[in-house]
Amino acid sequence: MPLFKDQGIVVRQHKLGEADKIVTILTQGSGKIRAVAKGLRRTKSRFGARLEPFTHVSLLVHRGRGALDTVTQAEILSAHRTVREDLALLTAGEAMLEAVDRVAEEHERNVRLFLLLLSGLRVLDASPADPAAVAESFLLKLLSLSGFHPALTACAVCGNPAAALFSSGQGGAVCDGCAEHGAGPVAPEALSWLAGVARADLADAGGMTPPDAVRREARAMLYGFAEYHLERRMRTLPMLARTPLPAAVVP
Amino acid sequence: MYEGPIQDLVDELSRLPGIGPKSAQRLAFHIVKADPREARRLAEAIIQAKERVAFCRECGNVAEGDLCRICRDPGRDPTTLCVVEEPKDVVAMEKAGVLKGRYHVLGGAISPLDGIGPEDLRVKELLDRVEQDGVTEVIVATNPNLEGNATAMYVAALLKPAGIRVTRLASGLPVGGDLEYADEVTLGQALEGRREI
Repeated sequence: MPLFKDQGIVVRQHKLGEADKIVTILTQGSGKIRAVAKGLRRTKSRFGARLEPFTHVSLLVHRGRGALDTVTQAEILSAHRTVREDLALLTAGEAMLEAVDRVAEEHERNVRLFLLLLSGLRVLDASPADPAAVAESFLLKLLSLSGFHPALTACAVCGNPAAALFSSGQGGAVCDGCAEHGAGPVAPEALSWLAGVARADLADAGGMTPPDAVRREARAMLYGFAEYHLERRMRTLPMLARTPLPAAVVP
Repeated sequence: MYEGPIQDLVDELSRLPGIGPKSAQRLAFHIVKADPREARRLAEAIIQAKERVAFCRECGNVAEGDLCRICRDPGRDPTTLCVVEEPKDVVAMEKAGVLKGRYHVLGGAISPLDGIGPEDLRVKELLDRVEQDGVTEVIVATNPNLEGNATAMYVAALLKPAGIRVTRLASGLPVGGDLEYADEVTLGQALEGRREI
């Protein structure tokens, strides 16, 4: 199938040569693809804003012989414009895109990941009160989907509900008896907040802001855990951690 | 493949961006066949560019000496600053010939995905200039893409509380383009930014 139709979400772009770009797209049917968009950087490009990151597009792609395909046509299904026009939403959105880019495999269909990203962007597009919490909830769901679900309510090793230490390498919360070197103590509030956003709908996570101290501890755990298991330093996380937060919501 | 100097030339040329081994070979043979004066001029131009061009202390544009041509020009209004990403963008704006103010080159755009944050750009220098020169308007002319817009939002958030007018270049239909080929985002912005005629 040299020419195929699919829908996808633009994850990122790289410059190529004089006026072209390579766009990375998470498609519904073919997993992650990397495709050349010819002339994308020209002001009169026929693609215009259609291949900007965050855009949900319907595509006509020419399958290349090597690793790169070529985008021949693109139509916007949803531009997610709100996300691009607010720095906090944008930072949260970029964290989602980076995580997706990390776990998605090229030409390997992953419909659940595609739907997760689509719903994440839809939630951000509705301007939630706490976009960073949506991104953090998204990160937890993405980790679960990729087989790295952290244990948050009981010891990852023995199932003891009295787990007050955390170890990325051991898979999450651990109890005193099972903790190995490298496990650090954590506040139960931070664990239960993470368990809460992991369970909640993405839309509800945007309204779950804990007190600052809890958030700081939860973030250190989550970001460390994500980077440990995704085996890469996430460039967007330091910026996500700096986004101003709304006042805590008392449940 | 070739002997001595010509192979050295081919090797050096092929390091340039966009020049493959075949193009490098073609350029090298062109230089070898050309008039010796022409080759000397090229060599001289490369050395001069490397030795004499620096970055302007004020705006960050490429300059010959301490200040660039625009910052040296007393006829340019210092109270209007046009913020751009790269020195190339100054040239593009100057070709339009409409701006009477001066420039500020950031040296890139905010891109969380590439790990480029505001602290990697010349943002602090911008704030200093705005304070010292009594700037009243900052025109943000970063690229109309994701990174450029993020940068524009960031700059606006810093300057607006100080009571400075922050404007953004309009987005819309390119002159000479066709409406039917415009994408929804561009067309939507063109409609929002429409003008009375």
